[in-house]
Amino acid sequence: MTDLQVFRDETRHWLEEHCPPSMRTPIKTDKDQCWGGRNANYVSDEQKQWMDNMASRGWTAPTWPIEYGGGGLSKAEAKILSEEMNKLKARLPLSSFGIWMIGPALLKFGSEELKLQHLPPIVRGEIRWCQGYSEPNAGSDLAGLQAKAVDMGEHFIANGQKVWTSYGDKADWMFCLLRTDPDAKKQSGISLVLFDMQTPGVTPKPIKLISGSSPFCETFLDDVRVEKNQVVGEINQGWTIAKYLLTHEREMIGGFGLTGAGSQTLGQFAVEALGTEHGRLTDSVLRADVIRWEIDAAAFAVTAERVNDEAKSGQGIGATSAMLKYYGTELNKRRYELMMKLHGNDAMEWEGEASKDGWLPRTWLRTKGNSIEGGTSEVQLNIIAKNILGLG
Amino acid sequence: MALVHNQEHQMLKESAQGFLREFGSITELRKYRDSEEDFSPLLWPQMVEMGWAAILIPESHGGLGFGQVGMGQIVEQSGRMLTASPLLSTAILGASIINLAGSEEQKAQLLPAVASGQLTTALAVDESAHHAPNNIGLAAEKTAVGFRLTGSKRSVVDGHRADLLIVAARSSGSLGDSKGVSLFLVESKAAGVSIEKMSTVDGRSVANISFDGVEVATEALLGDEELGFRVLSKTLDIGNAHLAAELLGICSEAFERTLQYLKERQQFGVSIGSFQALQHRAAHWWSEIELAKSLVLKCFQALDADDIKAPILVSISKAKLCEVADLSTNEAIQMHGGVGMTDEYDIGFFIKRARPVQALFGGYSYHSDRFASMTGY
Repeated sequence: MTDLQVFRDETRHWLEEHCPPSMRTPIKTDKDQCWGGRNANYVSDEQKQWMDNMASRGWTAPTWPIEYGGGGLSKAEAKILSEEMNKLKARLPLSSFGIWMIGPALLKFGSEELKLQHLPPIVRGEIRWCQGYSEPNAGSDLAGLQAKAVDMGEHFIANGQKVWTSYGDKADWMFCLLRTDPDAKKQSGISLVLFDMQTPGVTPKPIKLISGSSPFCETFLDDVRVEKNQVVGEINQGWTIAKYLLTHEREMIGGFGLTGAGSQTLGQFAVEALGTEHGRLTDSVLRADVIRWEIDAAAFAVTAERVNDEAKSGQGIGATSAMLKYYGTELNKRRYELMMKLHGNDAMEWEGEASKDGWLPRTWLRTKGNSIEGGTSEVQLNIIAKNILGLG
Repeated sequence: MALVHNQEHQMLKESAQGFLREFGSITELRKYRDSEEDFSPLLWPQMVEMGWAAILIPESHGGLGFGQVGMGQIVEQSGRMLTASPLLSTAILGASIINLAGSEEQKAQLLPAVASGQLTTALAVDESAHHAPNNIGLAAEKTAVGFRLTGSKRSVVDGHRADLLIVAARSSGSLGDSKGVSLFLVESKAAGVSIEKMSTVDGRSVANISFDGVEVATEALLGDEELGFRVLSKTLDIGNAHLAAELLGICSEAFERTLQYLKERQQFGVSIGSFQALQHRAAHWWSEIELAKSLVLKCFQALDADDIKAPILVSISKAKLCEVADLSTNEAIQMHGGVGMTDEYDIGFFIKRARPVQALFGGYSYHSDRFASMTGY
């Protein structure tokens, strides 16, 4: 038996033993997702148990080095872990901007001190992170951000306003872009800094969305003290890290095109909603729309696979994340538009048991943000035109 | 299997590129479009020389057994150069259907002849303006010595120059039944076969063929009597995968030429490619071609692996490529502006070649319907 086969067997046995039964069922609502943090609201003891079990092996961040609390797995081993979790239908033990975003940035750009301070609590789900990027006047033009940190010698004092802070009211720490040199050219005077959300002067305020939920906040910074050792990388070099993180975020959001509505295909959803006659959906116009979507979704899935395989074999152009983000999010929006049409008047229920409190219309409205957050579709098209096609 | 091309495929692509630039280019198309022939008589012998007629034929029958992914590389390049040749009719459709359905004797006799360029073939399926492989009406009546064929076929690619016609006929059942379809090998010079050439929008031609009581021997039957539909269907899948690859070549070339034009053409004192209205359209177009590329490769890999999902992938792939070809050829003309309408510029040839490739063996609507039907709705 090869080492990888041994690893697979061991992993399977361990998962079978340590994944509680309720954590092998599909996620139904947002609450089922485990985010950890100081103020975590676990839906059950088993949810916490599952996170702790996985964290004890560093498997909430499988490929991170062991010295920072990670699993220390190779890419091949991490793939096996994810395959074995899928076979068991095991839930993701921990959803975390720490694992997805600031962690990878710290691993690449952070000092040893920062890595040792921040990475292990992320792996254990003890500290929940949020991102302070956008501002009221800096959206697509992110480098135009104005929130500033003034050098006071020992530390910085930060002032300004951030917006679209995902779960800002629930997070423990923020990674934040601040202007540290007001005289430098736009991109060159920005630093990426870290601070505790409990620092005096930090005030997150939830924003109610058209979907009725408030996953985002505006965050006010009034004379917030930021320690000098909490700057990631060099002072005034934060834009490089920000771009790295944005690419990362694009890839994450782009992937939603495939998984947004669980394992059911749109075709199956349509059959349940409308029924068939002679093997065809009863509404021939909607049928054509569903088919067009399914074909595009299949093409997109195969493309994600190809981009991945090309990256592994050193081929490809590497700058495709903008395309995946653009296409994936537009696909997801189209999917929910069709799901709404397929459910007709039933899709309009906002509150009530039948619709699980308007799950469909609320999710549909939420998808409208997919092509805005993490860089709008138009920004992605700009990136493709300039960086890939060389149009200027 | 990783969704990437290996080194052998890359090499095949490069050699196809080099050869077609020289011998199968748009200059050739311009030269032959007004003549009786569709391409130079020297072209096919050279392609045969390079081994292209043998790629899909097993080594045991004088072929190379190189597979669909490899052949797809050549077809994609020939799509880029708009090259007319018997590649589809003989090296793909003919070789595949004989290999799939032929008796050992038929294979031993015919496949080496195809591989060595001595035999060209044409597949005769459709009888109306729309692809409908179930609707085979051409009658095959049993006689004392074999069969008598009566009926007609339309839009047969290379039907007017092939040595051997491979004809889908009905020996039992009625229009719409998949059972009852039988395949026959018919000499194009056989008595009762009349072939009418129809010139087409792409500067090429196809054949409308009528069979007026054509007598063939029992040995002319290719594969099992009445059970020809399965083989026909599989052959059409292979054909459609390659038509998708040809469309990919057409789309990619039209895109690259247009991108170049956007960078060169100056208006208002700047290159028109600096305008965001055009940048966004170009970026969207590029994204669509990236999706198309992935499907074409996935589809060939599935066919080579004999994956049961191959027919679904073929229909997804052909449908998507039809859609991307509509986008590509229209954007190509629009972004070229007035010169895109002129015969002098090559860009107009891409839309003229794309449409017959899209329609052959089913376009967007046929394949999107087939895909949905195969997946339960």
